[in-house]
Amino acid sequence: MTADGGAADGALVELDRVSKYYGNVRALEGVSLEVRAGGISCVLGDNGAGKSTLIKIIAGLHRHDAGDFLIEGEKTVLTSPREALDRGIATVYQDLAVVPLMPVWRNFFLGSEPTRGRGPLKRLDVALMRETTRTALLRMGIDLRDVDQPIGTLSGGERQCVAIARAVHFGAKVLVLDEPTAALGVKQSGVVLKYVAAARDAGLGVVLITHNPHHAFLVGDRFVLLKRGTMAGSHTRDSITLDELTRQMAGGSELEELSHELERASTDTA
Amino acid sequence: MTATAPPVPPLDDKPDGQGGDERLLRVSPLRALLGRPELGAVVGALAVFLFFSVVADSFLRASSFGTVLYAASTIGIMAVPVALLMIGGEFDLSAGVMVTSSALVSSMFSYQMTANVWVGVGVSLLVTLALGAFNGVMLTRTKLPSFIITLGTFLMLTGLNLGLTKLISGTVSTKTIADMEGFPSARKLFASQLTLGDVELKVTILWWAALVALATWILLRTRFGNWIFAVGGNAEAARAVGVPVTRTRIGLYMGVAFCAWVAGQHLLFSFDVVQSGEGVGNELIYIIAAVIGGCLITGGYGSAIGSAVGAFIFGMTSKGIVYAEWNPDWFKFFLGAMLLLATLLNAWVRKRAEATR
Repeated sequence: MTADGGAADGALVELDRVSKYYGNVRALEGVSLEVRAGGISCVLGDNGAGKSTLIKIIAGLHRHDAGDFLIEGEKTVLTSPREALDRGIATVYQDLAVVPLMPVWRNFFLGSEPTRGRGPLKRLDVALMRETTRTALLRMGIDLRDVDQPIGTLSGGERQCVAIARAVHFGAKVLVLDEPTAALGVKQSGVVLKYVAAARDAGLGVVLITHNPHHAFLVGDRFVLLKRGTMAGSHTRDSITLDELTRQMAGGSELEELSHELERASTDTA
Repeated sequence: MTATAPPVPPLDDKPDGQGGDERLLRVSPLRALLGRPELGAVVGALAVFLFFSVVADSFLRASSFGTVLYAASTIGIMAVPVALLMIGGEFDLSAGVMVTSSALVSSMFSYQMTANVWVGVGVSLLVTLALGAFNGVMLTRTKLPSFIITLGTFLMLTGLNLGLTKLISGTVSTKTIADMEGFPSARKLFASQLTLGDVELKVTILWWAALVALATWILLRTRFGNWIFAVGGNAEAARAVGVPVTRTRIGLYMGVAFCAWVAGQHLLFSFDVVQSGEGVGNELIYIIAAVIGGCLITGGYGSAIGSAVGAFIFGMTSKGIVYAEWNPDWFKFFLGAMLLLATLLNAWVRKRAEATR
């Protein structure tokens, strides 16, 4: 089942047969995952496959119930999102990444604002914040019209990109992306994937959660397939083709059955 | 979404990707002005000012100006922290009676202990801050809506104000403390008058101006200000990037409490005795001033200066009706109409300002 379950030297984050239960609900069981610096590990699965649970464990929102969670080789139980951030794991959520009414530069530094002066005159270094936002975004290849505009006026793809650039700027080692392309059009998805690749090239380890095998295959090095809370497959890039990945992702034989059914239905109506 | 998608998307998704600035049209000063949260309130204030200038002859006298500013300041001192709290996404319905509570504690402690009134003032500050902290902690612990929590505090304080005052003083008002030690100096700080030419200005106007300046500084130039906007705009996102959401909320409630203390001490030292039933209903006027001033009722947007303009509209309306020699019963009608108009104008302005092409 696993391609590489053993000692993972150099893995930034490693999950080894991790399980999570909500009462009598088995949300996740025996899932293994490895994230290396400069690599993109994709987690694929349909709705209800356990992708969100997996993210919440890595992001420090939930604790796992069984198995091992290793950060740079060290067994860990994260207790809060803040702790995950401090350990270098930044999570970009699909919907709650930003505060829509705040300007881009305020969003960029939210929670880690630089200040100057001291005592009662301690104040935000606004010029630095604006300038850094602009340059940090530019370095990621994001050319923003105006860092003063409310971030809510950006498109969904641009918002994701700002959130990714923020994680890179603040020195995250591992970037967890929750369905970054789910609500986006084809072109915008391409832009976001470009920044995901840029983050990888900057030396980060990326966990990309998605239900789109095409997007995953464009950038991914490793693929973990989840199905009803268990691991349905784990592959490296050279051990699988896009067609095979799509087939497995879509449920393999189930898909064939479905296509037969649909075919019959269309011939019936014709 | 085809299987043959290009391996890497082209670097520039927009035809003019490398320039950047040419996409950004010059923002006209008018449009920039439209983007300010307090614009609706300023327009409203001008309209009210013109209206009463025409219908009330004595409205434009310099002495009237001092009176209007004083009326505005008593509301404005509380509208500032209430606006900050609203930007942070919460309400405080106990703000009105908390002012009275603060005055009562100060007066009764000094009288019963026969202490210097400054001791009472200090004790009152601690008690009032504790009330604010109670609101904040209850809110963040129980995760109930602030409407319910502070409605509870409002009712409890209303009862305590009356009950304890009757129990201790025997009547519904406090005993006079004008002859006690420290009263003159405390009065100077909280309820004195300055004469500028032929205009009499109450010291509350200075308190008000200082608080507006301080709140504006906090909102726009400090980390805490950034957190206030974030907590009101999207608390979950703020928490996810490490903003101390709980501390920010409790801090905001303690800010309301601090200003309630200032307003309460003014109440005590300008009238010398405090009626324990006072303050009920004022919490809504503070909220109205903040909303007229452009605060979004759902949080995440607004300004301290806007709340000041809102309070100024309140002052002009309440005194303008007197100068126009109308029945003051009309005041509430005006305030309500103003609230509706200003909110509509704000919503419209914000939509225009934030429209993207």
